[in-house]
Amino acid sequence: MIHTIGIWIAALLTLCIFSFLYKDNPFYRFAEHLFVGVSAGYWAMYSWYNVLLPNLGRPLFMEHRLILLIPLTLGILMLLRLFPKIGWLSRWPLAFIVGMTSGYYLVTFLQTNALAQARATIVPLNNINNVILIVGVATGLLYFFFSTQHKGAVGVSARIGRMFLMVAFGASFGYTVMARISLLIGRIYFLLEEWLHVI
Amino acid sequence: MLDKLLKTDRRIIFAILAVVVIIAILFPVGLAIQVSEPARRLYREIESLAPGSYVFLSFDYDPASMAELDPMALSVIRQCFREDLKIVSLGLWPQGVLLGEANLEKAAEEYGKEYGVDFVNLGYKTGGIVVISGISTDLRNVFPQDYTGRDIDELPILNGIDNLEPFKLVVTFSAGDPGVRHWVMIAQARYGKKVGCGSTAVQAPAFYPYLQSGQLVGLVGGMKGAAEYEQLIKLPGLATAGMDAQSFAHAVIVFFIVFGNAIFFLKKRSNSR
Repeated sequence: MIHTIGIWIAALLTLCIFSFLYKDNPFYRFAEHLFVGVSAGYWAMYSWYNVLLPNLGRPLFMEHRLILLIPLTLGILMLLRLFPKIGWLSRWPLAFIVGMTSGYYLVTFLQTNALAQARATIVPLNNINNVILIVGVATGLLYFFFSTQHKGAVGVSARIGRMFLMVAFGASFGYTVMARISLLIGRIYFLLEEWLHVI
Repeated sequence: MLDKLLKTDRRIIFAILAVVVIIAILFPVGLAIQVSEPARRLYREIESLAPGSYVFLSFDYDPASMAELDPMALSVIRQCFREDLKIVSLGLWPQGVLLGEANLEKAAEEYGKEYGVDFVNLGYKTGGIVVISGISTDLRNVFPQDYTGRDIDELPILNGIDNLEPFKLVVTFSAGDPGVRHWVMIAQARYGKKVGCGSTAVQAPAFYPYLQSGQLVGLVGGMKGAAEYEQLIKLPGLATAGMDAQSFAHAVIVFFIVFGNAIFFLKKRSNSR
């Protein structure tokens, strides 16, 4: 019974959201506001029971791991943003987050997304794929080289680079269309199968 | 006339698209699905593992991406169970844990697998890349309990498993960050683990360079990729069922792009006369 009620609620809310495709209307706004409210409540409870209690509350107050006083203090400082007069104190935990994240990411990101990728372009020119790869990388990089005017040979190369970029954008757009249609199919499948039982 | 066509109400296009998708789902014609090389590579990688090997699955998505990622997650889990592989899983996205668990339970029932012996779900920890880094060196410190709150020392599957070292393969099902990028950055680049991925179609093109460089062993992209994987394991499911609708919807979109451009150029020509 509860399962059936759940399916009916999900189906009706799906239709409310789809109704926006016709035009903005109270049904859509109701579903939108409900989603925002339920999400906020869900995340608040989820964060409390799955993030704060197991990672901070229990270890600090029951196991007395005093090192956790540092993140607790930083967390409280972050909340001071809510008070304009002392809101500047929230910059300290923010600085910690920015500094820690930058330090953590810098080397790994460079290694993964720059060095490994550069190494992967050092390939023998013994097949058409490798030739396309190297021409694409070289001309693509040249397109973003702005220290000289894009004229003559540089201009031709930059134009070729732009074509490669267009192909990449086209592929990306195609995949995006596929993703959006997949979501539509998922919802329609749900409506037809679980709600209406016609398939 | 051309002006009228150029100003076609977008709601008409939405309606046509919806009708096409509904008809294709109600009356499938079973269009052929060609398996792409990236999906086949992940399939082969899992097939090459010896029975009893450990595979790490990460469910990094939420209900918004279920239509694409759930079918591929289920297919990979089915293949792992069929090959008698041990699955240890987690979620870098909180809702991914429950979605992953539903797929694990479903496949476990089909293949007679037991929780704690053949598979385990460690649950969710906030932190993304820090969690990956943590489990790479000390899994028990990051996850002292599984997602049900059971002490992981009580679970036979995790006897002697202290970090990512014993895992032959990591597969992430990813809808964004944290996800594929972070597994590649830490598990692959820093600890030399083989990483494969199932990803939403939106972000799949961004991961092809990882595939070309060997940083990913395989890539299953979007609903099409999920349908390919269902073909590979010979268990057609939701993704395969949706591919007719997908193909016809794409045909409609291509038609409208060509139609729109043709009308635009005809209008331009008639204006210049």
